Amino acid sequence: MPYQLNGTVVEHDEEGYIQELDKWSKELAELIAEDEKIEMTDEHWEVVNFLRDYYEEYQIAPAVRVLIKAIKKSMGKDKGNNKYLYTLFPYGPAKQACKIAGLPKPTGCV
Amino acid sequence: MVELNIRQPVNREEQPDPLEIPSLERGAMAESKPYVASPDHQAAIGYPGELVDNWKEKAIDKLGELVGKSRALQVYLDSCVKCGACTDKCHYFLGTGDPLNMPVARQDLLRKVYRRYFTFAGKYVPWLVGAEDLTEEVLDEWYSYFHQCSQCRRCSVYCPYGIDTAEVSMAAREIMDSIGKGQKYCNEIIGKVHTIGNNLGLQKKALQATLEDLEEDIEDETGVQVRLPLDEEGADIMLVTPSADFFAEPHVDGLIGYAKVFHQAGASWTISSYASEAANFGMFIGSYENMREIALRIRKAAEDLKVKRIIFGECGHAWRAAYSFLNTLAGPFDFLDQDYPIPQHICEYTHDLIEKGELTFDKSQNDDFRLTYHDSCNVARASRMGDAPGGQFEIPRAILRAVCNHFYDMPADTIRESTFCCGGGGGLLTDELLEVRTKGAQPRMRALQQVSDDHGVTHMAALCAICKTQFAKVMPEYGFEMDAVVSIHQMVSNAIVLDGQITDEDDEDEDEAEPDTAGADADEGEE
Repeated sequence: MPYQLNGTVVEHDEEGYIQELDKWSKELAELIAEDEKIEMTDEHWEVVNFLRDYYEEYQIAPAVRVLIKAIKKSMGKDKGNNKYLYTLFPYGPAKQACKIAGLPKPTGCV
Repeated sequence: MVELNIRQPVNREEQPDPLEIPSLERGAMAESKPYVASPDHQAAIGYPGELVDNWKEKAIDKLGELVGKSRALQVYLDSCVKCGACTDKCHYFLGTGDPLNMPVARQDLLRKVYRRYFTFAGKYVPWLVGAEDLTEEVLDEWYSYFHQCSQCRRCSVYCPYGIDTAEVSMAAREIMDSIGKGQKYCNEIIGKVHTIGNNLGLQKKALQATLEDLEEDIEDETGVQVRLPLDEEGADIMLVTPSADFFAEPHVDGLIGYAKVFHQAGASWTISSYASEAANFGMFIGSYENMREIALRIRKAAEDLKVKRIIFGECGHAWRAAYSFLNTLAGPFDFLDQDYPIPQHICEYTHDLIEKGELTFDKSQNDDFRLTYHDSCNVARASRMGDAPGGQFEIPRAILRAVCNHFYDMPADTIRESTFCCGGGGGLLTDELLEVRTKGAQPRMRALQQVSDDHGVTHMAALCAICKTQFAKVMPEYGFEMDAVVSIHQMVSNAIVLDGQITDEDDEDEDEAEPDTAGADADEGEE
């Protein structure tokens, strides 16, 4: 079932990653998050926005370490760690947060 | 105080203990299948986009071609006597309880078709010899169960005939690819290596930024400028490492370890953006052509950068592809320095420096780790390190003992050549296969629990990108912490003392403890 948002249809792959990246919007992110059983808070948005900014510059999601460093800078030391990111995105910050951010899934041995 | 039992007790009232041995149920895992590759992914690596109309004839032709080309494959299909030695050796069988995951049953999925079309008895009296027609149901079973084999070859160690199920499963996947039924995970990734140079799809700009970021981190931590050079022509050594080392945890910590070792050795080295991947998924799908194309990237990068040596980072099947096949796929490497192994493993390199006493370690930096070591299947059973038999078992352990005071092996029938696969190898490290991956990890988790109970082990080191990702993902299912899996060179990184490094002593300004010199007490902690 493609995502349906205000009358527009956004296709996704078997796992829910959208296919046309320019169809992404904040509303769509909320919808994908709902499917993932995640309620988007400011902290979630902080991660998603960072991923999108990084992707725009580098055409790929950042390394987990880079993400952690960025979060540490913006949210403080107690939140700048892998465990905290997993509490935000239980299926893993790289994959689940990318899905919500409308970015392709990181592939490979990751 | 170190918490001795790392595994949280599982509440048996709520859910069955995941370490409990499952009961037998034929077909229990029949529905476990990876996503099928899209037409684009198929076409990009030379296969038909969708299941072709005459797939049955094509598949049989392909099987005939493979058997004709590989005498080994024919012997594997001909020689099984159903002795049963392999039946309980597969981690997927042990973890799922599905008899179709017994290696003999897995082989028979292909063997029965081979017999039907390529043996005298199978052609005329198929019912007497277990020969069967190739049907849609059979193809379905192939797709399901040849993607529940991680090609780890544990079963072949116990087979009196040495039948190698990995070869059988590679052949089956090659047949399926050739008729248009490929697996998305592997095939999409192979396409990325052909176009971008690595499994991740990491472009040079991003790789450069990542490496610079790591340089900053190392300097912040140690006060020493350690470089991670990219595309530096004329460097002596080209490091080829899995792209997961640029991305995932705990892989990145291993990469930092390699950089520190190179730095301390005063080596001139570089990473190549063109060959920024050690992994070779062409092997997983049994495709010689794709394997060769990936291997040739490494050759071209080495020639372009004019390096003298090639060193591989921590990756399991990559080391098999490199150690066993690189020379025949992309050799001869007569332009490299013949005084060094071609290729060399980072563990060989580090171990060599340790043996010569050229690295200094403060082992107490790893005192929070009570370590064990998971032998990766492809390193353990399909390659070697160093110049003595068994070096692939001894060298990683020698490194860990040199950098950590507490090291204990898991039970003997679960390590070295009998090692259990992590459960995610062979192209199965994809989310839709999480159930079989989790269940397939059970034998390793039982062994880890054992060494944790007996010796208070807290962490398990691995030297394969797939193992590290797989364990980080499935260990929480068994009550272990996800960061209980560590890289070998992460441990090296923690303990190595770089020239000019800011140490804890400097910070505190008073501590007479002298760092240990490597190898001096390497036996400590041995069980």
